[in-house]
Parts: sequence; C-alpha cells; structure tokens
Amino acid sequence: MGLGSDMYRQQILDHYKNPRNYGELEDPTFSHVGENPMCGDEIRMDIRLADDGETIENVAFSGDGCAISQASASMLSTKLAGKTVDELLEMDRDDVIDMLGVDISPMRVKCAVLAEKVAQDGAEIYRGELDKEKTTTTED
Amino acid sequence: MSQQDVEGLDVERIRADFPILEREVDGKQVVYLDNAATTHTPEPVVEAMSDYYRRYNANVHRGIHHLSQEASVAYEDAHDRVAEFVGASGGREELVFTKNTTESENLIAYSWGLSELGPGDEVVLTEMEHHASLVTWQQIAKRAGADVKYVRVDDTGRLDMDHARECITDDTAMVSVVHVSNTLGTVNPVSELADIAHDHDAYIFVDGAQAVPTRPVDVEAIDADFYAFSGHKMVGPTGIGCLYGKADILEDLEPYHYGGGMIRKVTFEDSTWGDVPWKFEPGTPPIAEAVGLHAAVDYLEDIGMERVRAREEALTEYAYDRLAAEDDVEIYGPEPGPERGGLVSFNLEGVHAHDLTSILNDHAVAIRAGDHCTQPLHDKLGVAASARASFYVYNTRAEIDALVEALEDARTLFA
Repeated sequence: MGLGSDMYRQQILDHYKNPRNYGELEDPTFSHVGENPMCGDEIRMDIRLADDGETIENVAFSGDGCAISQASASMLSTKLAGKTVDELLEMDRDDVIDMLGVDISPMRVKCAVLAEKVAQDGAEIYRGELDKEKTTTTED
Repeated sequence: MSQQDVEGLDVERIRADFPILEREVDGKQVVYLDNAATTHTPEPVVEAMSDYYRRYNANVHRGIHHLSQEASVAYEDAHDRVAEFVGASGGREELVFTKNTTESENLIAYSWGLSELGPGDEVVLTEMEHHASLVTWQQIAKRAGADVKYVRVDDTGRLDMDHARECITDDTAMVSVVHVSNTLGTVNPVSELADIAHDHDAYIFVDGAQAVPTRPVDVEAIDADFYAFSGHKMVGPTGIGCLYGKADILEDLEPYHYGGGMIRKVTFEDSTWGDVPWKFEPGTPPIAEAVGLHAAVDYLEDIGMERVRAREEALTEYAYDRLAAEDDVEIYGPEPGPERGGLVSFNLEGVHAHDLTSILNDHAVAIRAGDHCTQPLHDKLGVAASARASFYVYNTRAEIDALVEALEDARTLFA
C-alpha cells in the first residue's frame, strides 16, 4: 500500500466517524472559522479559557470536509485542553502530523493543518494580534 | 463513423506513442484518468520540440540570421496550422498564441471589455462556466460598471435555453459560454447561442478548452466571434494557448499588454502596432511550444478528430454505465451520448472526494477531486467537491474497470 491508505489508519477513521468534542460551546472565550478551498473543508473551533485567561479549559469544533481535516480537528480538540494559549501558538505542522501518526501526502497537508491554524488564528485575534476580519485559509 | 471504425482504432499503437503510460508508481502501472486537466504528450510532439532546441533554437521575427529565419517560419506557420485545425480560414490573422485558455479570456476581457463595457451593459455567462471565464468577466464587468447574468443549468445538467433567450437582450454586449463543461461534461449548443447573441448585436466568446481536444471544431460553423483553447489538453505542451478571433474584430482591438515584437513604429511619445496576431504577442513568445502544438495538431489529425470523438463517447458511456450501476455513486451531468464530453464527475456516498482520490492513488488510479474551478456550480449541486474521471483516446475500458474496482477499497475503509 502506498501513501493513500496509510493515511487512513484506524485512528484517523475512528476520529472521522466518531468525532470528539463535535459541536459548539455555549460560552466560548473565542471562536474562529477557517476553510481549505482545495477540498472545500470548513472548520469552526470554539475555545474556552480558564479564569487565568491563559489555560485552555474546553474545546469544541464543527464543520465538514474530508476525513483528514475532520479527524485532525477531532484529535486536536482532545489535545488542547490543559494547554496554554502560548503552547497552542507554539505548535507547528509537525506537531499535527505527529499527532495524526501517519505520513500525510504533500497535497493533503493543508487538510491536516487546518484545525490547528484555525485555533491559532482564533487565539491571535482574541489577543488582538491579528485582524479579526481575516478568514483563516490553508490555500498557501 | 461506424462503431466498427471506432473499434478499429489501434489503441495499442497510439499508446506506444505515449511512453508515460508505462510509468509505474510503487510497482503499479499508472492508470491516468485526469485528461481534462492535462493530456499526455506523444513522442512526435516531444521530438518536434527537441528538434527545435537541438537544431534551430533562436529568437523569432527580427533575426536576419539563418537560425532565426527557421525559427520564425516555424513559429509563424504554427499559427496557420492551428487556425486551419479549428476551421479559421483567415489563418494567422485570426489566431493569437497566448499562455492558455485563461489568458485568451483575459486578453479579450481587458482589451475589448475594459474599453467597450460600461454601465447598462450586460455580460451573459452560464452557471457552468469555468473560473477562467467566470472570474475574468465578473471582475472586468465590475471594473467597467457592467452587469453579469448567468444562464441557468437545469436538473439534467444542460443549459436552460429558454432562460438563455431571456438573459440575452439588446443590453447584452458579450456572451461567454463554455463549449464542453469541464465538470458536467455537457456539450453546449454554442452555435444556437451564437445566433441568439448576434440577434442582439452581442459578441460570443466560446471557451473550447475541453472541446478542441475531444471533437472536430469549426469556429466558422459555430460563428463564434472569439474561441479559446489550450495546447496541453490536446497532446501539446503546456505554456501555449490559443485565441481565435474574427479578423475584422481583432484588427480593430487594442492590445492589452505591451512590449517588443508587437510594434510597427515607436517614438518617445507614442507607438503603433504591428499586424494581428503579432500585436497581441509582445515579448519572446513560446516558440518551442508553438512547434510542439503544430506537431500535436498533426498528430490528432492523423488519428482523425471524428475518431477521437467516437472513442471519447464510447469510453464515457462505458464509465458512466459502470459507475451508474453502483448504488452509492452519484453522477453529475447529462447521460452519455453526443451531448456529453469525455468525463464523468461523481461522488461516492460517505467518502469525501479528496479521500476517495487519495485511496484511488494507492491503486495508481489518477483522477481529480475538488471543485474543478467551478465553485458556484458545485454550490448549486450542493456538494463541496466531486471526483472526476476524464478520458482520452489512449485510455482503455480496462483502465475504467480499475477505477470502478478500486472504489471497493474506499467503501471498506469508510464503512
């Protein structure tokens, strides 16, 4: 088997078929939407911070798209609780690919990193470091 | 062309001209079903381009030396040859080389559209336009203050011609329509649309990117004012496209980009332009690509475009029937026949088109997934993306079988 089916290991299919933390939070500290125009993937991430304003307390995601983007969002949602916003912002694409635990073919990396980028842009907008009109996209 | 003639096509001999069809990935021979995106390149085309670089590479037009003369003649003759191929009797005076279909659209949109369109004018497009036409005219119309209307696509994937007659009015200045849809495969009645446009003194621009490679095209029989297509979708090289325009219209048009090689006389104050097509081709043009496109046209004519069309229809019907027999496959566009070009867009229930394409890639089956540069059409279809298999004269039924059989793997994974 080549790259394709290797990408669809049990863990990814499990998160795709049974997404964790799917839905919207009632009282998110911030939420943000992004898209990957190539696949038509769309993801919204809701994040609630603890009273310290730094620690991620609760995460939910919603949206639809390919298995890689949706599984990645589901897995990320389970990893973020307990992390600080700084730790979220320090994550990079390798962290996502490590989390997925499979080789992602080059053309599909945009699908894999969408959720992470949405969460990070949401956090930066919350902190006033990013223009809030900006829509997150993994086009480039 | 009888069925027997179609089956008489020596596909094995044709395939031998395309060494890339032998290409293996991970030990599997690639099944290439992405021909609407780009076709492969046969040896005679590669040879013609190599020969240019090996024997007479030189810049064109102004060179007095021998190599430049050879290159110039080859470059200029390619215009006549391609013009003849699409039925343009004016030869090079009606055939401009561009980068691709998109640039051909932009050339007319900028050159004609920006100067001629204004408030109160209408540009009529269809809901199945490729972004090459849709985005170009949408943006130029916006800058010119003109309106854009879209002819509806009906439930069968065909244009609603009654709606077309409603949309095209005396306010219409340009009708831009795709000849063969790259998503639905629909072959549009462009000649009828040309008549409607001309009844209202509007121009018609036909996007022939999927038509010229797959069927005989006669721009004069269609009565198109402009007609665009790309070299790389018709066994030619990338980097070259074509714009046909009626001689009298092109003659009066101002160029939209400027530079050397296009001028008659230049002073510090002003410049005058050379003849068509050169005034639209400033700078060093795609010379090797023109030589390659000439060879591509020769190659296709050797096979015969009626045979190419018959082969496309036969393969499409086979693929359509095989896919339609699967309960969990949804196909978009008209049923097979003369009104459908050589591609089938579809979705497998429960599997996103990109996931499906990744899984098919494991079986070395190459198809495309996405919105195929027709996002608004996909919105209308209610899907974010679709998978698309597209065929060319060298494809076989066995390759379509490989596609259909590989779907099972996707079903198993996503069950």
